[in-house]
Parts: sequence; structure tokens; C-alpha cells
Amino acid sequence: MTGLRLDGRVALVTGSTRGIGWCTARALAAHGATVIVNSRADAEAAKARAAELTEAHCVPADALACDAADPEQIREAYRRIFGTHRRLDILVNNAGILEDALIGMISDDLVERVLRVNTFGPLHHLQAAARLMRRHGGGAIVNLTSIIGTHGNVGQAVYGSAKAAVVGLTRSAAKELAPHGIRVNAVAPGLIDTDMTRGIPPERYRELVDGIGMGRVGTPEQVANAVLFLAGDLAAYITGQVLGVDGGMRI
Amino acid sequence: MAVDKLQTVFSETLGLPAEVDWSALAYRKVPEWDSVAHMQLVGEIEEAFGVMLDTADVLGMSSFAAARDILSKHGVAA
Ligand SMILES: NC(=O)c1ccc[n+]([C@@H]2O[C@H](COP(=O)([O-])OP(=O)(O)OC[C@H]3O[C@@H](n4cnc5c(N)ncnc54)[C@H](OP(=O)(O)O)[C@@H]3O)[C@@H](O)[C@H]2O)c1
Repeated sequence: MTGLRLDGRVALVTGSTRGIGWCTARALAAHGATVIVNSRADAEAAKARAAELTEAHCVPADALACDAADPEQIREAYRRIFGTHRRLDILVNNAGILEDALIGMISDDLVERVLRVNTFGPLHHLQAAARLMRRHGGGAIVNLTSIIGTHGNVGQAVYGSAKAAVVGLTRSAAKELAPHGIRVNAVAPGLIDTDMTRGIPPERYRELVDGIGMGRVGTPEQVANAVLFLAGDLAAYITGQVLGVDGGMRI
Repeated sequence: MAVDKLQTVFSETLGLPAEVDWSALAYRKVPEWDSVAHMQLVGEIEEAFGVMLDTADVLGMSSFAAARDILSKHGVAA
């Protein structure tokens, strides 16, 4: 489908060496985009992934080590992107961490850590990316929030706050950046089979699956497909939206 | 007199009158240079001089003179 092609566009996917980020990088590259693969600290892992994309899809790809929790590293990353590519068309704010704690047992450190990566990171990335995008008449930003951010869950007051903030960021940025041709949307996955959810205790995991209307967990590819749609021209008139990808999950 | 590239970018982006007191030109001191125009000005300066400014630069660009200093910090003689 032509509306899905992304030839000539440069895309940064944060946290894209594994999980949903990696599947998203693959989906974008498969549709012609030049993808910048990002790892928190492992430049070699990111380079290896970038080489895989070039090999499989015959597209240029780049690699970038940048910690989403560090605003200075983010600024440096955009200087590099500008230096190498001169442009950015797509940003996928995917990097995220999951740490649970019951109210009364939430440490200051945990709050800092989770908000830094899951909320401040996307905000700093969005701000820098928008500056590059508006120079070339626009772009698309897709933020990964979560069903926990839209609906809440026991033990996830911090993660839920961090992801709800991403919804607020998405809606405000969509309004502010629309005149510049930059669309900002979010994807809210339910329970997806990645490293992140493999640490959930088996009993709790079963309860979560029982709450999914379709009776099964989602795959990272299924989330990546939603990101691909929102990043491309099929979604040309869509902005400020939060798209659930959760198989009819109740939580 | 050689045309000053930075003055040209300011004049054209902000739509300034022909006579400008460049040493006094400052953010929000003239109606043309408001916060919306500021972001556009930053983009035009970046484009004209092939640089990418930091958020700190964007916030610190409070006058025409400051803009010149910021560009020289980025190794551009403006
Ligand atoms: N899995 C789910 O069920 C689910 C549900 C809802 C929402 N989500 C959201 O979807 C996104 C991806 O989740 P996932 O399941 O794919 O997670 P994952 O398998 O744990 O992968 C996380 C990715 O984020 C990167 N990352 C972590 N901290 C980072 C940092 N400080 N800076 C840069 N990158 C960092 C990791 O890179 P390194 O390997 O370099 O550390 C890794 O590539 C997250 O935002 C998550 O909250 C997931």
C-alpha cells in the first residue's frame, strides 16, 4: 500500500535494540525508512541491529547510544542526528522501564528513575525532534504509553503516573505542533510478550491474560504495526490520539 | 557596506522596519519579536548558518547581540 511507504524519511526509535522498539525499527525499515536504532548505553548492540536492518531491507540505517534519562545525552544525540542526516521525519518515543511498588513502599529513587525514563525522556526527545521536523515542513511523533497510563492498576501508581503524563504530553504537543505539520499520537499497548512482561510472576500473569477479551497476549509486531500506521501518510489527518492495542483487555 | 547575514535573517523573519537600532534589539521589546516569532527566528538562523542550537541557546537568545554570541560559540562567524 503506497500510503505506508516511508522512503527517504529518517526515523529515530528510542530503545530499539529489543522488544516493541526493535519490531518498530524493523517495520519502519521494511517500508523504506532510514532508521536510527537506539540503545541506552550499548553502542555495539545498536550498530549490530542497524546492520541487520540494512541487510534485510536494503535501506541505510544508523545507530545511537543515548540514555533517555539524561537530557544532556539527548541534546548531544540531536546534534549528531543533525550533523549526519540534516533532518528527522519520525520519532518513536519507545524507551521505557517497568518498576512496580505498592503505595507506602514507593522510594524516592524509584519515582526518579521511572519518571526520568518514561516521562522526561519522551518530553526532551519530542522537544528536540520537533525543532528538526519543523524545518522541513513537518513530521510524525508516536509516543508509547500504556493501558496502565489510561486505566491504572494496583502496584503501578508510579508507572501509571509516568505513562498518563505521556498522554498529556501527546495531546498538548499535538495542538501546539499541528500548525507546523507535526502530528503527535500515542499507542497504548495492553499486555505484550517482551522482556518487560516476562518478569511478571506467573500467577499475576495468568490473571492479566484472563482479563484480555481475545484470551491471549499481544506480540510486539502487533504494536509495531499500529506505530507504523500512525507514523505514515495513512494517518495524515490524525493527531492527538491514543490508540489502544490491547486485544480488548480489561484492567 | 557588506550585507550582514544575521541582520538580514532577523529583518526578514521578524519583518522589521528599514531602520533598526541593532544594539538595542531585544526579545519582547519590539512587537515583532514575540515567543511565536522567536521559534521561527531560531529555525531561520539554524537554516541560514547550518547549525543546531540547544534549548539553552534558544532560551538565552534574548537580544540581537546575544544571537551573535551564541553563533560564535557554535563556531560560526555571523
Ligand atoms: N510489554 C508490554 O506489555 C508493554 C505494555 C504497555 C506499554 N509498553 C511500553 O512499550 C515500550 C517498550 O516496551 P518493551 O516491552 O518493548 O520493553 P523491553 O522489552 O523491556 O525493552 C525496552 C527497551 O527500552 C530501552 N531502554 C530502557 N531504558 C532506556 C533508557 N534509559 N534509554 C534508552 N533506552 C532505554 C531498552 O534498551 P537497552 O536494552 O539498551 O536497555 C530496550 O530496548 C515501553 O515504553 C513500555 O512502557 C509495554
